Order: sequence, then C-alpha cells, then structure tokens
Amino acid sequence: MMANQIQKPVSSTHAQDDTLSRLNQTDLLGKIFRRQSAVHTVWANRKARIGMVILGIFILVAIIGPWISPYSLNNTGFTVSEPPSFAHWLGTTQSGQDVLTQLLYGTRISMLVGFIAGAITIAIALIVGFLAGYFSGWIDDVLSLLMNVMLVLPGLPLMIVIAAYIPSHGIWEIILVMSLTGWAFGGRTLRAQMLTLSRQDYVVAARFAGESPITIIFREILPNMLSYIIANFFGAVTGAILAEAGLEFLGLGNPSITSWGTMIYWAQNGDALLNGQWAWVLAPGLCIALLATSLTLINFGIDAIANPRLQED
Amino acid sequence: MRFILRKLGFLVLTVWVAITLNFIIPRLMPGNPAEAMMAKYAQQGPVPPQQEKALELMLGLPTGSLWQQYWGYVVNIIHGNFGVSYSFFPESVLSVILQAMPWTLTLVGLVTILQFVVGTLLGVYAAWHRGKKFDSIATVLFSFTSAFPYFWIALALIYFLAFIAHWFPISGGYSGSLSPSLNLPFIESVVYHSILPAITIFITGIGGSLLGMRNNMINTLGEDYIFLARAEGLKSKTVAIRYAARNAMLPIVTNFAMSLGLVVGGSLLMETVFAYPGMGYLMSTAISNQDYPLLQTLFLFITISVLLANFAADMVTGILDPRVRKGAAR
Repeated sequence: MMANQIQKPVSSTHAQDDTLSRLNQTDLLGKIFRRQSAVHTVWANRKARIGMVILGIFILVAIIGPWISPYSLNNTGFTVSEPPSFAHWLGTTQSGQDVLTQLLYGTRISMLVGFIAGAITIAIALIVGFLAGYFSGWIDDVLSLLMNVMLVLPGLPLMIVIAAYIPSHGIWEIILVMSLTGWAFGGRTLRAQMLTLSRQDYVVAARFAGESPITIIFREILPNMLSYIIANFFGAVTGAILAEAGLEFLGLGNPSITSWGTMIYWAQNGDALLNGQWAWVLAPGLCIALLATSLTLINFGIDAIANPRLQED
Repeated sequence: MRFILRKLGFLVLTVWVAITLNFIIPRLMPGNPAEAMMAKYAQQGPVPPQQEKALELMLGLPTGSLWQQYWGYVVNIIHGNFGVSYSFFPESVLSVILQAMPWTLTLVGLVTILQFVVGTLLGVYAAWHRGKKFDSIATVLFSFTSAFPYFWIALALIYFLAFIAHWFPISGGYSGSLSPSLNLPFIESVVYHSILPAITIFITGIGGSLLGMRNNMINTLGEDYIFLARAEGLKSKTVAIRYAARNAMLPIVTNFAMSLGLVVGGSLLMETVFAYPGMGYLMSTAISNQDYPLLQTLFLFITISVLLANFAADMVTGILDPRVRKGAAR
C-alpha cells in the first residue's frame, strides 16, 4: 500500500477523482435502487397492482383506440337506437353511431382532459403549497387563508356558475375551470408536508451552507415528497375526470366532441334508459369509475411508501 | 370563546367571498350575457322596476361606478331581493328557491349524516380487523363505489330497480296525482320517491367515510398509548372504541366538513337524474334556460348552506378536542 502511494504520487488527484466518481456512482445507484424499491413497494401492494394493470389497459386503449374500434367515428349510417347486438356490442346511438366506437375514441379525450387538468391542478397546488410551507410568516398566513376559503367553497356549483357564463365551451375552458377551482386540497396537503420537511436538519444545514431556496426546494425537499406529490396528482386526476363528466352531463361541456361525459349527456337526452339501451348509458360511466378506481388503488400503494404503518405484505 | 370568535370570523369571511365571487364572475366574462338576458326578459312581459334593478346589479349591466354597483348588489342581497326568475317568470328567484330548498336539505342532510355514521363505524371495524376478510373486501369495494359519478349510480338504480323491476318510481319527488300537503298519503309518496335518491347518496358517500376512518384508525392503532392499553390487558373492544376510535375521530370530523362540498355537488347531479324537485334539479333547469339570476342565487344559497354546515362541524371538533379549542393544534 505504502509502496503504491510512493510509486505514484502524481496520480493522487486522479485517484481522488476516481473515488469521487465512484462515490457519485454509488450515490446514483443508491438513488436508482431507492426508486426501484419505491416502485417495488407500490407493486408489492396487491391493490396497487390491480390498479396499475387497469390503468395500463386504459392508457393502451387511449393510444390505440381508434385503430381497434370496429367502425369509423363519423359513420352515422346504422339503424338508430339499437340495443346491444353482435354487430354493435353496445348498441347504436339515437343518431345512428356505434356506441363501442364512441367509447374507444372517447377514452383518449376523457383521459387527456383528466390528466392535463390534474397536472395543472397539482402544479398550482405545488407552487402555492411550497410558497406557504417554505416561507412561513405572513406569506403562509395569506396563502393558508386562501386555501381554506377555496376548500370550503363547494367545487361543482362554483364550476357550474363559471362554466355557464363562458361563451365558448371547448375542452380547454373546461380544463381551466376545473384546475382553477380544484387546487386547494392538494395545496393544503403539500403545504403541511413542506412545512415538516423544511424543518428537517438536513434542510436547515443546506440553508446554513448558503444554498438558494430554489436549490433547496428542488434538490433537498422535492425528491423526498415525491410520493405525496404523485398521490395528490392521482387524486387530482380522479377529481378532474369526475368533474368533467359532471359538467358535460349537465350540458356545460362541448357536446360535439366525443368523450365519456358527452356520451352520457347524449344518452340521457335521448332517453336511452327508457328505450332499453342500458349499455349506451352504463358503459361510459363504468369506464369513468374503473379509471378513477385504478388511481385510488394505486394510491393505496403510494400511501404505503409515505406511511409505513399502512404497508402490507 | 376566542375559538368560537375565530371560526365565526372565518364564516363571515367565506360568506363574503362567496357573495363577491357571485358579483365578479359575470363581470369578468367576455361578451355580455346581461344584455341578452334583459332582452329575453323584455319578451316575457313587464318586470317590476325594483326587481329590474336587482337583476341589473346581479348580472352586471353597467350603470354607475363599479363600487356603486357592488354596494347596490350587497344591499339587495341583504334585503333578500334577487330579482325574478326567467324560467319561472314572473315568480321571484327567492320564492322559487325557497320551494326547492326543503327537499334538498332534508334528503341530502339526513342521508349524508347517516352515511357518515355508518361509514365511520364500519371503518373502525375494518381497521381493527385489518387484513381480514371484511377489511380486504370493504376497502376494494368501497374505493370502487366511491369512484362512481353520483349521476351514474342514479342512472343504474333507475334502470335496474325502477325501469326493469318496477319497485320504485322512475322520477319526481311525489306522485303526480297528489298535491303537496301535510297528509299521510302525500308523506308516504314523498318517502317512497326519495328511497332511490337516498340510496344513491348513501352508496357514493359511504366509501369516503369508511376509508378515511380506516386509514386514520390504523395510524392511531400504531401509537404507543394503544400498545400500552393492550399490554395492560384491557378488553380489545374498550381499546378499539375508547382509546383508538375516539382519537381517530377528530380529523374525520374536519374531513367530513371538507367532503361536504363534494357530497353537495354530487347530490345536485343526482337530483337532475331523478328530476327530484330540489335545488340541484332547479340548477339544471337554470342552466338549460340560461336563467342566470336563478343560477347565481342558487350558487349563493348552496354555498352558504355548506359554509354553515362547516361551521357546525368546526364547533363539534372544538367540543370534542380541547387542543383545537385552545388553538394549540394547528
């Protein structure tokens, strides 16, 4: 050992570099391993596993739906108001469209609206929650009050009033209305989490070491509350999908696009149930419920990461 | 006392926010729905001048400065002057809403409390027998039922229990051959018509109560004092109810208040499906007729009911938990 050191004094910096890079490597490996074990924890949870499989199927359908649908979406030439049959598994609509085709096409729009609205919602929640939780004092007081007020105002009636006044009812308007009214719940949870984490020793240490707030938030705090953020994101998506369906059901969406919500709207308008066309009404609702359930089930697994007491074998 | 004052202050603040939002929203929107609205009224027939003024203030017809408009609007609201309804012309918005309100308050209020109590008790049971059969089935089943849109459950119930089985009426709040009065046949008819709507709220709401209580209870069961209570050899029923459930209850009451907004929103959609003569059905009538005064006033009434219920829940938490009362636990 000694001889070695004496023999190659020049390469000492090199060796240091080497250990440094090796250190970094193990750190990286550790991170990957940790992440894998996080995925593993979620996957190990039986409920979360079921949820991930269902979600996977929906994502697949959203991508390939138009190719696997039996007919074209624009084909309105079928016998109108048919109950389910071999040619039309879920029947036809009042205007002569195939319901299964609509359902497969609608998956893409419904999921897109849900996930985009969920993402915007959680982005607002993150920003507000972080600001409130990191900079305590008057910023926290003001933002917390804002969140508490938003939380107690009933969401759907507020969305309805806003949506009723909007002159054009496109997808983006609906997304915007849902995001602006739905962020408070996530904001409050993330604020609480932020508050706890920003009092941790390593964050205080980083602050004393002169790191900027941005660096601290993104490098020290964010990675440690990822599970909370994802859980809240899924919660926000669930809320958005349900709210979208509700608004479209009331006719406040854009009835000319094909999504699960507008399908139910048209079915209800066409008195589908009373004509015995149960599939037209029940299938899109079942999809909404299955998708929302899959996200809730995955959250069971994510909760288990954040809260080991909820962990299962 | 300070606790009550603080909560009272919050109540006043939130009511003010709701009233102000109601004032701002029509004025923020592009286009001019107010003028179109007034033109529609003009076709219906003469509107009394006082009502016309109230409508202008609510819808945002530019007369006077914004501040004057706002002041006039608030004064009108305090006087209960919300204008006339377009869809029920020439009835005033207030009288239309007051007719619908008891229907929603009784049905939604009663069933919400019922599902909360039953769901919480089942949650205690599931958490105590965690991982056993009931727990596994209940958690998956209720995450599934609570994921259904309210109106979908309503549609499914109508199809299977009313349309196919003919057990219940398809829609409405009472039999069309009866006129509303306080006699036995009418009350029977009301109860009979409210069963399916009640089941809808119960099914969709109970999942949240059960799962919330279960997860909280599991957390509480991990605490040291539970461990100690068990080690002391107390009966497991005593530990479950007196030690664990009591402490797990506290955040749940707050959660109940938070979820109330969701329940109310869902019930509005449910009423639309059943054509149940409450505020939700009224709201969808207002939407399809673009009856903005009715819609806005409904929003105000619904919001204020939710805020009052929230205030009540806060008071209950304060009674149950001295830490909240003294402001120590924030």
